[in-house]
Amino acid sequence: MTQQEGHAPADPQAAMIAAVAADPRYGELVARRARLGWWLSAMIFTAFVGYLALIAFDKALLGMPIGDGVTSIGIPIGLGLILLAIALTGLYVAYANRHHDAQMAAILKDHGA
Amino acid sequence: MRARLAGALALALLPAPAFAAALEGEAQRQPINWVAIAMFVAFVGLTLWITKAAAARTRTASDFYTAGGGISGFQNGLAMAGDYMSAASFLGISAQIFTDGYDGLIYSTGFLVGWPILLFLMAERLRNLGRFTFADVASYRFAQPPVRSFAAISTLLVVSFYLIAQMVGAGQLIKLLFGLPYAVAVVIVGALMMLYVLFGGMRATTWVQIIKAVLLLGGASFMALMVLAQFGFSLEALFARAVEVKSAAAQAAGATPAEAAAKGRAIMAPGGFIKDPVSAISFGLALMLGTAGLPHILMRFFTVPDAKEARKSVLWATGWIGYFYILTFIIGFGAIILVGTDAGYKMADGTLRGGGNMAAIHLAHAVGGNAFLGFISAVAFATILAVVAGLTLSAASAVSHDLYATVLKQGRANSADELRVSRITTLALGALAVLLGLVFEKQNVAFMVSLAFALAASGNFPVLILSLLWSGCTTRGAAWGGTIGLLTAFVLTLLSPAVWTTTFGLGPAPFPYSSAAIFSVPAGFIGIWLISRLDRSSRAAVDKAGYPAQRVRAETGIGAFAASDH
Repeated sequence: MTQQEGHAPADPQAAMIAAVAADPRYGELVARRARLGWWLSAMIFTAFVGYLALIAFDKALLGMPIGDGVTSIGIPIGLGLILLAIALTGLYVAYANRHHDAQMAAILKDHGA
Repeated sequence: MRARLAGALALALLPAPAFAAALEGEAQRQPINWVAIAMFVAFVGLTLWITKAAAARTRTASDFYTAGGGISGFQNGLAMAGDYMSAASFLGISAQIFTDGYDGLIYSTGFLVGWPILLFLMAERLRNLGRFTFADVASYRFAQPPVRSFAAISTLLVVSFYLIAQMVGAGQLIKLLFGLPYAVAVVIVGALMMLYVLFGGMRATTWVQIIKAVLLLGGASFMALMVLAQFGFSLEALFARAVEVKSAAAQAAGATPAEAAAKGRAIMAPGGFIKDPVSAISFGLALMLGTAGLPHILMRFFTVPDAKEARKSVLWATGWIGYFYILTFIIGFGAIILVGTDAGYKMADGTLRGGGNMAAIHLAHAVGGNAFLGFISAVAFATILAVVAGLTLSAASAVSHDLYATVLKQGRANSADELRVSRITTLALGALAVLLGLVFEKQNVAFMVSLAFALAASGNFPVLILSLLWSGCTTRGAAWGGTIGLLTAFVLTLLSPAVWTTTFGLGPAPFPYSSAAIFSVPAGFIGIWLISRLDRSSRAAVDKAGYPAQRVRAETGIGAFAASDH
């Protein structure tokens, strides 16, 4: 099929798409993934903007040494942000691979896709 | 003094200090480095051989744009990392850490946080709806000419600014590393990039990016490992010694012991990188959302067979890029100690030989001798090639697939004609890139990378998000609202200190903040929303009616374009 057929009036897949859209399991599955996506986006967004705000408003706090050492609090926070980005990405992929794909495949199979 | 001045200037240019360091015309020509040239020739030989093999399999438009869609998630993740980790970020961020310590880390985090957002909101849907370019997705349910034209123009703008910055940076770096004249360096980069893209298309570009990513990650890992080994694998010991070195340097420069101690400790805390909260947040938004709107990155999602591989590619890309930034941090601190205390790496006036950007390069010599120095120099060259090849390919696709095949021929162009137009465009773009690289040699082009990110964040990102997720979005809203976002970002950047004051010398800037994104991203979103809401055309009804089916296709992959081989 070509790009234009996707929204041409005579869509050969229109019936299947309508049936999938009407399936309550589909609605729930998609909503669950969308919720997860927005929550995780909000988390990384807040963490990063919060980090920037901390830098803008309280540089001294991030420069405070941990215990008696030289390493400042800012180091684990900054490196932690990098690790958080990787961890959240991993979390999403694990959820989608383990739960989402199989359930979606089952729904699509029921509707002949 | 020169380096410190350049450093101070780079900080004043908040949008792109790391790039600023890479792009300022302070590169002194080095003696010809034969080891580096030999290693680079080996790299070029290997990649041209791959290009030859890829050329034999590049027959259709699909081969050219997306390598037939048969790249695995792991390979694509590495290629994305190779596309994204530029020489400017490797040398620039480590140089910034070498000078100011902690501030380099802020930069790194900004470049990484866009990737998770790209995954959570867009990656799978992009793969399910798109075929060759992000415009396929942005225009999916809309009238093709307006939205395609917007997307193509936006792609050309983003790519041009990014490309100019890369070409100028490439010329300066190669002059620095290999001792070749600037013009020769720019022509070599342009010619090789054209060969890869012209004959090997996406398949060759992907492999160039994968090889470069492996070499860069391997080289950086070795450097970080050698640095850590000297400090018993203790970060605390590494930082403690770096603080000592900075304090001793300050004391030698005439500071009192108390001042010197404070100077030393300053590398453990944020410094002048972020001045006011508005600039800070704005800059962060541009980096974060811009990453999710860069055409050459978005295009890579169409090289994998399905949504699952698309999602895996982001995980791999995020992992590799994050790991790379952690390495850069260690390398920067290692350079403070191993390069900063060795008079052999400095000029008589105490600045680094070859300019402030050379910290990581000198460190390569300090930990691995001449052979490793040559290796890292060759990797830096390879890095530039991988980035410019990806940029050129995405711009060529915008012209041939979006403008020629869809807008001009209204979808009736055959694959062979489309392929021919992409190749002609590649030639034209390569020539243009070389020309612009030569024209901008002496200009400060540091602002161009942050401009590219701001444009991508304010135009492409809002259009993609709203066309994917908002049923009320219309053709008019997407095309004109996206244009409003682009224009706002463009005009405000021209009026900002980095361009108005630093580049053009027109005095105090009318727009006081260093990044436009905090205004231009909302301008894009509000523009699309408002124009869509006010749109009463008959087309608007068609656009809205098309949403439910588009949504199902985006979520399920029904009707998605499959890989053409494998």
